[in-house]
Amino acid sequence: MASILAVDDSASMRQMVSFALKSAGHEVIEAEDGQKALDLAKSKAVNLVITDVNMPRMDGITLIRELRALPSYKFTPILLLTTESAPEKKQQGKEAGATGWLVKPFNPDQLLATINKVLG
Amino acid sequence: MSIDVSQFHQTFFEESFEGLDIMESGLLELDDRTDPETINAIFRAAHSIKGGSATFGFNEVATFTHAMETLLDEMRDGRRTADRATVDVLLKAVDCLRETIAALRDGKTADMEQAREIQAQMETLLGQATAVQDVSATPVQNGDGVKGQPQTWEIVFKPRAHLLQTGNDPARLIRELEQLGALKVQVNDSALPPLDQMEPERCYLSWRMRLGGPLDEAAIREIFEWVEDDCELDIHPLTPQPAAAERKSEARKEYTGGKPASDGTAAQPRKTAAKDSGSIRVSIDKIDHLINMVGELVITQSMMGNLDGGFEDFDVNRLEKLREGLALLERNTRELQESVMRIRMLPISFVFSRFPRMVHDLSQQLGKKVHLEMSGEQTELDKTVMEKIGDPLVHLIRNSIDHGIEPPEARLAAGKPEAGTVLLHAYHKGGNIVIEISDDGAGFDRDKILRKAKEKGLVEEEAQLPDDKIYELIFQPGFSTADTVSDVSGRGVGMDVVRRNIRELGGNVEVNSRHGQGTTFSIRLPLTLAILDGQLVKIGDETFIIPLVSIVESLQIKPEYVNSIAGRPQLYKLRDEFIPILCSHRIFNLGSAPRSLSNGLLVVIEGSGHKAALYVDELLGQQQVVIKSLETNFQRVAGISGATILGDGTVALILDVEGLVHLARQQGEIDESKSIRAVA
Repeated sequence: MASILAVDDSASMRQMVSFALKSAGHEVIEAEDGQKALDLAKSKAVNLVITDVNMPRMDGITLIRELRALPSYKFTPILLLTTESAPEKKQQGKEAGATGWLVKPFNPDQLLATINKVLG
Repeated sequence: MSIDVSQFHQTFFEESFEGLDIMESGLLELDDRTDPETINAIFRAAHSIKGGSATFGFNEVATFTHAMETLLDEMRDGRRTADRATVDVLLKAVDCLRETIAALRDGKTADMEQAREIQAQMETLLGQATAVQDVSATPVQNGDGVKGQPQTWEIVFKPRAHLLQTGNDPARLIRELEQLGALKVQVNDSALPPLDQMEPERCYLSWRMRLGGPLDEAAIREIFEWVEDDCELDIHPLTPQPAAAERKSEARKEYTGGKPASDGTAAQPRKTAAKDSGSIRVSIDKIDHLINMVGELVITQSMMGNLDGGFEDFDVNRLEKLREGLALLERNTRELQESVMRIRMLPISFVFSRFPRMVHDLSQQLGKKVHLEMSGEQTELDKTVMEKIGDPLVHLIRNSIDHGIEPPEARLAAGKPEAGTVLLHAYHKGGNIVIEISDDGAGFDRDKILRKAKEKGLVEEEAQLPDDKIYELIFQPGFSTADTVSDVSGRGVGMDVVRRNIRELGGNVEVNSRHGQGTTFSIRLPLTLAILDGQLVKIGDETFIIPLVSIVESLQIKPEYVNSIAGRPQLYKLRDEFIPILCSHRIFNLGSAPRSLSNGLLVVIEGSGHKAALYVDELLGQQQVVIKSLETNFQRVAGISGATILGDGTVALILDVEGLVHLARQQGEIDESKSIRAVA
């Protein structure tokens, strides 16, 4: 199915996201920070990027901005994982070029429902 | 599809503990100077724990961390200074969180009393008396769950030109609408420019749609949630429905509220299976290296396999190859062994990391200024050794701060800087790791120690001892020179226990001190407990192994120095010491003891600060042996600490030096008075 880049500095979140996506038949690449994600994204085109906001080295907002500047990621859906306590991040994400967002906490089913909105 | 999120709990716990460590060390750093990245790192750690705990259903943790996160966020934005009060509350919160998460991991019920108290403190700091909003308590209610009346909606959707560049696609939105009910779509292409002027990346189309079915406006709006700023959107009912407008904002909020990942299970005790299963994290490097080694081994094996072409035409040429192969095999095995051992090795920073906090707390408690410096944190040490060295180190550092470092006034009076320094240094030396704890404090007062030792009857009244012997006295049981018994140390239990613990690990501790200048403790530890350097000895027909570290010397027996009682050799006069002789044949029941000792040798061993001389028939080689537990495979045997398998496949027992020395003392006590008289 789709190849998805999951970016989060928290290993447990990454595991959960990755597990849910894989069990839905997607191919998942994981990255633990924005910089790593950017490097991976450059080396391999993916169909969807799901990224956390707060990460070391490069945060999610910067990652989105950097990805959108790449020709191959001009139209790729990018979802931001935000928390309810930081509504301004949605706006910042949008401005950076995010397609949409997913509010933490979410469960695997909610995650899959959301990515189906942008895949295919 | 339903996924059991509890399978991610273990990872969550592990990373939470790591996050808490980051927060703790970061918070301690904040005292001095404030580097924005430090606060960011603390914030991220708190944020991750909050996100994870909410996702995995630990709502109490999520609520608690939310308050921490808010405080940290204000600090990050410069709206709040990292003052003492805030940092202290946050440090307490870290401790509390650590306990709570440990309780969750072990399937116990966390004590929320303390958590509530600390949370109240944080909220006071935040200046909000009302409880922090429970981040995950909002129940989820999807828009489509709200039943509306059957009706038809008209949706006018005019995307702005850049919509496609946000990764959104009108086609997908329309497809989603289709799932809500019967959809009729009408496209408006009037804005479409002539082909030669058209930019393919822009969106020129707009849509007018009719959607029928039992649904309300919020469900439709939800689909357009991500694009509402990138389009003109008009949604109105074709048949009026007054309630819809009110419900709209409400339902939107419900959506963003999300849903607790595993509802209802949060308060229940976790599975105990998640308990510390004794796992370790190994860097990929080490694993890769291991795999490399195995690869080499396989190559060597196939090389050797090629030699196997029957022995009838075996010539010298092949013999040479065989020899080569064996040499290679030996190297492979040794390297493989080293690699496997390295897996158990962790950087000593695992132990060191707790000390900055401890020093911070202690110095506050004692009203002293102490600066902790650490070096060699990356020095690697076996995990088992690491776990057991923590407490002795804590004790030594406490001692340094409590007894060593003087109060600020005293330091200034002595012409020293106001803040004392405790230096923690780890490095490899030979096959050992050395950990040094030094302070620039008052140092030992040799006269005071000597006086005390005499009071306690540990040394003779008129004894003259060299400095190092005097300093050694502090390791005697029940010895303490502290003038007052403080909360921190000085209860008289300690240094002897410290030394015993270190010796149990096969290590040793030495002390060096200069009055007025400071004290240094050096701990020497073996790198691993799985392998030891052993001296092979022959007793009767059996081979035994004596750990090399506990051998003081080996000597040939001079009959005139042996003092026998009732025909049994009892004491050996070694220079000016009398050492009990252990008749190994008798202890291990190896047939009758030799009539004369002159054929054998004495190996002087030292354990628990006492010496004993073990009679052996022969000294064999020295070699590294892999220790196999006797207890797990057989049972505990007095005087034996384990076993190993020698190169020829036979089992050799490893002697328990501590146990043997103890045995010697017991046996000695009975006839001690007699024998000393006999000697005199």
